[in-house]
Amino acid sequence: MQDTLAHLKRGERAVITDVSSSHIPLKLLEMGCLPGISVELVQVAPFQDPMYLNINGSHLAIRKETASHILIEKVAYE
Amino acid sequence: MSKQINVALIGNPNTGKTSVFNALTGLNQKVGNYPGITVEKKQGICKLPRGVKAHIIDLPGTYSLNASSLDENVVIELLLNKNDKDFPDIAVVVTDVENLKRNLLLFTQIKDLQIPTLLVINMADRMTRKGISLDIDYLESKLNTKIALVSTRKNTGIDTLKQLISNYKDISVKPCLDMSKIDPVYFEDLKKTFPSQLIYKLWLVITQDVNFGTISRKEFKTVEDFKTKQKGDLKRLQQKETIKRYQFINEVLKKGKTVDLSQAKDLRTKLDRVLTHKVWGYVIFAAILLLIFQAIYDWSGIPMDFIDESFSSLSEWVKNQLPKGAFTNLLAEGIIPGLGGIVIFIPQIAFLFLFMAILEESGYMSRVVFLMDRIMRRFGLSGKSVVPLISGTACAIPAIMATRNIESWKERLITILVTPFTTCAARLPVYLIIIALVIPENRIFGLSYQALTLMLLYLIGFGTAITSAYILNKVLKIKGKTFFVIEMPNYKLPLFKNVAITVIEKTKAFIFGAGKIILAISIVLWFLASYGPGEQFNNAENIIQTTYASKDLSSEDIQNKIASHKLEHSFIGIAGHAIEPVIRPLGYDWKIGIALISSFAAREVFVGTLATIYSVGSDEEETIKNRMAGEVNPILGGPLFTLASGISLLLFYAFAMQCMSTLAIVKKETNSWKWPLLQLVIMTVFAYLVALMAFQFLK
Repeated sequence: MQDTLAHLKRGERAVITDVSSSHIPLKLLEMGCLPGISVELVQVAPFQDPMYLNINGSHLAIRKETASHILIEKVAYE
Repeated sequence: MSKQINVALIGNPNTGKTSVFNALTGLNQKVGNYPGITVEKKQGICKLPRGVKAHIIDLPGTYSLNASSLDENVVIELLLNKNDKDFPDIAVVVTDVENLKRNLLLFTQIKDLQIPTLLVINMADRMTRKGISLDIDYLESKLNTKIALVSTRKNTGIDTLKQLISNYKDISVKPCLDMSKIDPVYFEDLKKTFPSQLIYKLWLVITQDVNFGTISRKEFKTVEDFKTKQKGDLKRLQQKETIKRYQFINEVLKKGKTVDLSQAKDLRTKLDRVLTHKVWGYVIFAAILLLIFQAIYDWSGIPMDFIDESFSSLSEWVKNQLPKGAFTNLLAEGIIPGLGGIVIFIPQIAFLFLFMAILEESGYMSRVVFLMDRIMRRFGLSGKSVVPLISGTACAIPAIMATRNIESWKERLITILVTPFTTCAARLPVYLIIIALVIPENRIFGLSYQALTLMLLYLIGFGTAITSAYILNKVLKIKGKTFFVIEMPNYKLPLFKNVAITVIEKTKAFIFGAGKIILAISIVLWFLASYGPGEQFNNAENIIQTTYASKDLSSEDIQNKIASHKLEHSFIGIAGHAIEPVIRPLGYDWKIGIALISSFAAREVFVGTLATIYSVGSDEEETIKNRMAGEVNPILGGPLFTLASGISLLLFYAFAMQCMSTLAIVKKETNSWKWPLLQLVIMTVFAYLVALMAFQFLK
């Protein structure tokens, strides 16, 4: 199964691969959440929800539900 | 007039757009509303070089021209309507140097509307600290615009900006994106059908799925029929458009902006580690809340006492100085106490707005939203509902206006509906006097019963709000998108000027908004209490003097008896008697009935009304309290204000919907009478039932 943003753990990095799901609001794309962009999970609230992300310099918080529609590929630690 | 140009300030939230606005206009600004809706409209005048005047509008912050809220809709409506008197000659897009990439998205959209567009890159003072360098000439040529590098904190670049605005005619209107690249067939087709229209403008009209207002679609009427695509397809095109725009921006920034990360110092990470921490985050939030409550209820006590006394003495002075008559009475007993009832809230409201402005400006509020979202969602609310629920402890009106940034309509509606349960400042005077009457002054573990009761009432208010949200969430069948996105802005030290202007403007707006209603009610109330039909009222002097002729009463007592006899037979007294059967089971008499009727317009009128009713000359609470303590229950005998009737009254005020201004604002924000009426009926019936049970159980 493909990894989604909801699977990301704190401090992990990933690259967004697909945001075409109809559950993803346009606003999120407009705020910089686009394919090919790298993301990092900065902080999570209790129950891993919402998630505080650093999307290539753009800092956003989204709910886990939305995050589960954003497909990613994890980047190995350097 | 001929030399005045219209300037629209546009930008993402958190870019310091309002600071730029303040820097351009100073205190030369006014805040109003857009017609028909309650979105704040801020405008001001700025003097430009060579005697040109600029009329500047600070448009609501938005991330894009694809509106997803009422505030954002205002921006697009203005930019699409060439006939609007505020239609800008020039758009100034404000961006934050650290978030330039994301901020430029909106810039490219506005540029594509072919309005002359200037770029402000704000917070330039942070560049060295963040290791950012910009090639301004390169950016200007690639973006086809002029750039002002501004720091509102260091006050640099504002003069350059003014210069650029006055030369607006030199700015190119060449668009950034060729729309036909997104879908050649579709857009060529569109162009052929409407050859005279700007293609991006057409595209915006077609894709706006949020249409709150009255966007002037006349000139685009036929566009409605141009629906060769399904909604899903349109969205795919919008996604493609966004990606294309970012490609363009990335291309430009690759050369135009360089970041030397070794220079960057990151305060954000350190602060966020604590402030959004699973445990410490909540502890700190609770501590901040405590501080706010302390300020509102303790520190504002001193100015409030001062205002109270000043108005009492003014009333007294007017009574003594002016010739006796109806006009003097209206002034001294109606208008001046009415005005005092408004002015007395200034310290509390100002403190609340002060804290709100600081929390908002510093970037901390977004962290609270982040921390609370999961908890609030359990009750059908959003993390963003926290702000209205906190503001509600001052006043439900600004609180309900603060719900606008909640994306999901259901979450927003529930927040609006439950906010009036939080204990607003207007309930406080009512609580204070009744608590002083019926709760003993004893202490337990050093805490006074009275203070504990007050705290309990706050908790009851908040608890009821949360519980009813939970029920509404189950009951309301509203489907809609329930997404949630919030930007976590960088931490900033709040700018004194911005905070000061916010506090002054918001307090002014509250005072004049709510003030008008309170003043009107006190005048009406005074008339209803000062006049009455029939013999009993008009002949009160004779009747009382005959009745008490045999008893040896001082003239002051006689005067008091006359006054209360008059009141009983005045218009409002008759109304009080009329509802007595309904409220007797709650432990109230007709006099409390009068206070209830008058406080249906605004709660805070309660104390003032009782002051009039118990024919006490001065407004001083101690005196009213003594009078109230002496009141006898006409049926049961014994004191009227007992623990049972007192608690019943407290609970009634905690739950009942007694605020016309709130109902008016709910009507405006929900655009329907259904919700405010529902609020009125359900809250009041609930209040009645609870008060009934409390009295019957305790008596």
